[in-house]
Amino acid sequence: MKVNGVAHPAPNDPRRLLSDHLRHDLGLTGTHVGCEHGVCGCCTVLFDGAPVRSCLMLAVQAEGHEVTTVEGLAADGAPLHPVQQAFHECHALQCGFCTPGFVMSVVGLLKENSNPSEQEINEGISGNLCRCTGYASIRRAVERAASLSPSGAGRAQGALSNKRVGERGKDRS
Amino acid sequence: MTTRWFGARVQRVEDDRLLRGHGRFTDDIDEGALESVLVRSPYAHARIRSIDVSAARAMPGVVAVYTAADLPFGQTDLPILIPHPNLTRGRTQRCLASEVVRYVGEAVAFIVAESRSLAEDAAEAVEVDYEPLPVVITPESAARAEHLVHDDVPGNVAAEMTQEVGSVQTALAAAPRRKRLRLRFERGAASPMEGRAVWARWSTSERKLTVYDSTQSPTSIRGGLAVLFGLPESSVEVIAPDVGGGFGPKIMLFYPDELLVPYAAMQLGRPVKWTEDRQEHFTAVNQERGQVHEVEVGYDDEGRVLALSVDFIHDAGAYTPYGIILPIITAAQVPGPYRVPNYRVRFRDVYTNATPTSPYRGAGRPHACFVMERTLDTIASDLGLDRAEVRRRNLIQPDEFPYEVGVAWQDGNRVVYDSGDYPKLLDMALERLGPRPAGDHIGMGVGIYVEGTGVGPYEGAHVQVLVSGKVVAATGIPSQGQAHATVWAQVVADQLGVDVADVEITGGDTRRFPWGVGTFASRGAVTAGNAMSVAAGMVAEKARRIAADHLEADPADLELAGGQVRVKGSPNRGIPLAAVAVLANPVRYAFGGGTEAATQFASRPRPGPPLAEGEQPGLEATGYYSPPGSTWASGCHAAYVHVDPKTFRLEVLKYVVIHDCGRVINPMVVEGQIEGGVAQGIGGAFYERLAYDEEGQLRNASFMEFLMPYATEIPPIEIGHIETPSPLNPLGVKGAGEAGVIPVGAVLASAIEEALGVSITEMPLSPLRLFELAAHRAITPHP
Amino acid sequence: MKPPPFEYHAPATVEEACALLASLEDAKVLAGGQSLVPLLNFRLARPQHLVDINRIGGLDRMYERDGGIAVGALVRQAAVEDSPLVARVCPLLGDAIRLVAHRVIRNRGTVCGSLAHADPASELPAALLVLGGHVVVRSTLGDRTIPADSLFAGVMETALAPDELMVEAWFPAVAEKFAISEESRRHGDFALAGAVRAGDRLALFGVAPTPVLADPRDPARGLRPSGDLEASPDFRLHLVRVLTERVLAA
Repeated sequence: MKVNGVAHPAPNDPRRLLSDHLRHDLGLTGTHVGCEHGVCGCCTVLFDGAPVRSCLMLAVQAEGHEVTTVEGLAADGAPLHPVQQAFHECHALQCGFCTPGFVMSVVGLLKENSNPSEQEINEGISGNLCRCTGYASIRRAVERAASLSPSGAGRAQGALSNKRVGERGKDRS
Repeated sequence: MTTRWFGARVQRVEDDRLLRGHGRFTDDIDEGALESVLVRSPYAHARIRSIDVSAARAMPGVVAVYTAADLPFGQTDLPILIPHPNLTRGRTQRCLASEVVRYVGEAVAFIVAESRSLAEDAAEAVEVDYEPLPVVITPESAARAEHLVHDDVPGNVAAEMTQEVGSVQTALAAAPRRKRLRLRFERGAASPMEGRAVWARWSTSERKLTVYDSTQSPTSIRGGLAVLFGLPESSVEVIAPDVGGGFGPKIMLFYPDELLVPYAAMQLGRPVKWTEDRQEHFTAVNQERGQVHEVEVGYDDEGRVLALSVDFIHDAGAYTPYGIILPIITAAQVPGPYRVPNYRVRFRDVYTNATPTSPYRGAGRPHACFVMERTLDTIASDLGLDRAEVRRRNLIQPDEFPYEVGVAWQDGNRVVYDSGDYPKLLDMALERLGPRPAGDHIGMGVGIYVEGTGVGPYEGAHVQVLVSGKVVAATGIPSQGQAHATVWAQVVADQLGVDVADVEITGGDTRRFPWGVGTFASRGAVTAGNAMSVAAGMVAEKARRIAADHLEADPADLELAGGQVRVKGSPNRGIPLAAVAVLANPVRYAFGGGTEAATQFASRPRPGPPLAEGEQPGLEATGYYSPPGSTWASGCHAAYVHVDPKTFRLEVLKYVVIHDCGRVINPMVVEGQIEGGVAQGIGGAFYERLAYDEEGQLRNASFMEFLMPYATEIPPIEIGHIETPSPLNPLGVKGAGEAGVIPVGAVLASAIEEALGVSITEMPLSPLRLFELAAHRAITPHP
Repeated sequence: MKPPPFEYHAPATVEEACALLASLEDAKVLAGGQSLVPLLNFRLARPQHLVDINRIGGLDRMYERDGGIAVGALVRQAAVEDSPLVARVCPLLGDAIRLVAHRVIRNRGTVCGSLAHADPASELPAALLVLGGHVVVRSTLGDRTIPADSLFAGVMETALAPDELMVEAWFPAVAEKFAISEESRRHGDFALAGAVRAGDRLALFGVAPTPVLADPRDPARGLRPSGDLEASPDFRLHLVRVLTERVLAA
């Protein structure tokens, strides 16, 4: 498998989870483990470019595929990726444990939708748990990241308005 | 001292490495460590007839299996962290149970293996013969005491405490009006995103035990390990590396693993690590919030409270390692920002067959706030008065400080509010909240709270200017996301006239600073912040003295600014701070870096020994701050909510916080703390609960069923500040860490009550609960 | 929580997979893994063998047939969500997919996997039922078609034999009025109760051991939903009426 562009062999033990393989076999500890039931999102990585839960994959399943972890977004010493930069500017992290998972999810979100609306942002980050920030700063960071990314340049920087939350836009016909 | 950093929204120095994935959380550390697992009781109450680990010992990859019989400290009760004279029947568990287990999750065996997978396989092979015993789960049933959690604790009562201010009996009888309320809180959990973890190594050659621990108090762990293992403290180092959230339960002395992992490392000659998984976190990590209150209030026709009697039961869980701090805090904080001339509070701390309780963000204050706020709403409803107006009539006024409440506080002192402006909080919150939105089933809620912060005994800091001109500083307390490294850097940079980027802060590492208490109870900024200021001030004073000698000026005429020590008004007459650091250490051998200037043959402006009596080499100092008492933060939250009358779904339409934590070092950080706190408050009010059944089994021990809110469940929050500086500490700061969570339940209860027209007397709520309340239009009694 | 030990197989063809399922005692198919791997991590599922079908080519086709959409075993839920074909031919399927968990889960989770997992609170089985679709399953003995109303046997139970592999699901086109609505506690959670309508057919989920067809005029009739932490039987019945009203009004 390729991880951040570098080829690595898959582990021998088929029950080794991808999250543990990345963290403990490859030393890429930026991907974190919060639950191992696929709910919290701390373990999110890109798998062939799309965000997935690495705790819900067996490492052997990644053979022949490309995995990107948070360490792969910016080389050592190189400037932060726009999503990372936006999180920093918006104080969108406190303890930092959920952060790599959020960053990878947001990278994926903005790849599919470079100009998400408030509701799309809210729903787009709704698969990741954060216990520290209360999400407000993360929402601001996604807006900021969208404006920092080349395809999102020129996007109006609006403050998130006081909307009725709890409506989830689910009931479509 | 220039204050260009204090009060500034400085972006965090911690972010870069955390964002790049270069954080160092305890489980990130391997270094060849063996992995481990704890075998835990599946029963809430059972006698252990036998434990057979022979099959487990024989399984592949297993290096060692320990039960209580294998441990020299196996029969030692773990300490009570905070003893108290009223805790007459405190009980703690042992590292590993061998006779009785009293909660699901209590540890029974410890397995060390080559990997966690293999350890978990072996755990399944451990055979424990349990004889189930009757289970006591709710605080009410504990108080009825048909069954005992501890055979030698009659009535399941660990502690009882009654306090009275004034004369409640008389005042109640004389009051024109009276009401009774019964309020109930279920347990909640802090649930930080990083679970607990411990890594330990014993070096025989250095006779040193090194422990990494996702803890909020490394200094306490270090002290405890030294005592327990009979080692000098200098042989034990405990480091809290990056910690992924604490919120209270990561302070303990000890969780069993904090002893077992170092012990195994010492025994096995290899590093050992233990990382809990989320499922075990639910029953293994301390919880909080179970209380039942019987309230009686007497008031007049204007809605002024004349007398308040509160009698509550606090759910201690199976053991009382944290003493009775939680119910003491609740008892102390019920009056809140209001004048209660006659107040009587009694609590009983009762044992249940559930996970032990210890503080979780808010630590008893959310209950206290709920009690008072619901009481005031009841008064308002009875008199047909506006709820905000009733509060106004009862608030302590700004000219009444210091205000003595008359009850005991958690530091052993009495509760005395030092400063605040409660009416202003209320007025600002209501103004910011604005007019009620149009529509049906909309309700408003408001809640005002005070928060005792900055409790002692002390914290300390060491600050040093290096010969490079960079500054390094250390304190004993660790961070779990509160931006200590940025905030203390601001304090130090102001004192030393340097850039924040040139100050490097280390916390929670006993190798760097061995003295301290811990990060909890919204005390970091007050204690460590002031200690940093003291130590940096001492460094600045020494820098002025040394520079004065060389500049032939009076130290009083010198200032530290721009990385220099210079004459005020003559910025060209100065000497770089870096050079002062060199000069502060008289050397014999010049080894570069300007040290030529510090040798004995350099010009010596003053006769006498190179290092004057009482002087120490280096531009460094260690300082401490010990608060005389808690300093009282406060705030007001107000909200509009909508409850769907068909689905009972809650929508928060607007949420406003006006907050007072004294002088603010970094407003961005404080706002982040508030936003996070409110989210935990909303989670605890409407989504999260710990669903124990009658057998003491936790039915929702997973993130699928323990419903922590996602972004879609948390509204945007508007925050305003006022600052009533604390007169108790030089920086004038008050704590801010828990403020966000304290009144949320009260605010939402009040708003939902109005929106739906049902009476709310419990926490948490849910659509199901609202459906039931709406259907019955009455309180469904709990067991 | 780490998975218990198992033998891992990664067949390259459907035939190989079927042969494995026929010969192995106690084998589970691993497709998206979004339901199975958590169960493995909790050690609630302890199959002796895992048959990972992700390497099999040709199972990720989504195409129009017989006036509906055929979705192969490895079609990810995200692919359905993004598919213009689905939006044109069977937009109800797209609406149902958008209610499934979160996008990250849908990137790996498969439509057929969700059907085979048969969680009573999940959306896709109910969608298949209300549309009157079917699944195609294959074994060493050949193919058979199982219509939706025979597919779901009980809680997490389908009519598939242990040696059968679901290779395709077929969702008929929907032309007239359709809607899906559910109540859940958080965004993306399993439904406390849900209703899905296609024309004058109504199916309910989360209120019975399997998705059930219901009478739009009396949707709660005959229902005996179970109670759990977030919904009592009464609350579920109440929600059934609310949600039915909602999907009929849409």
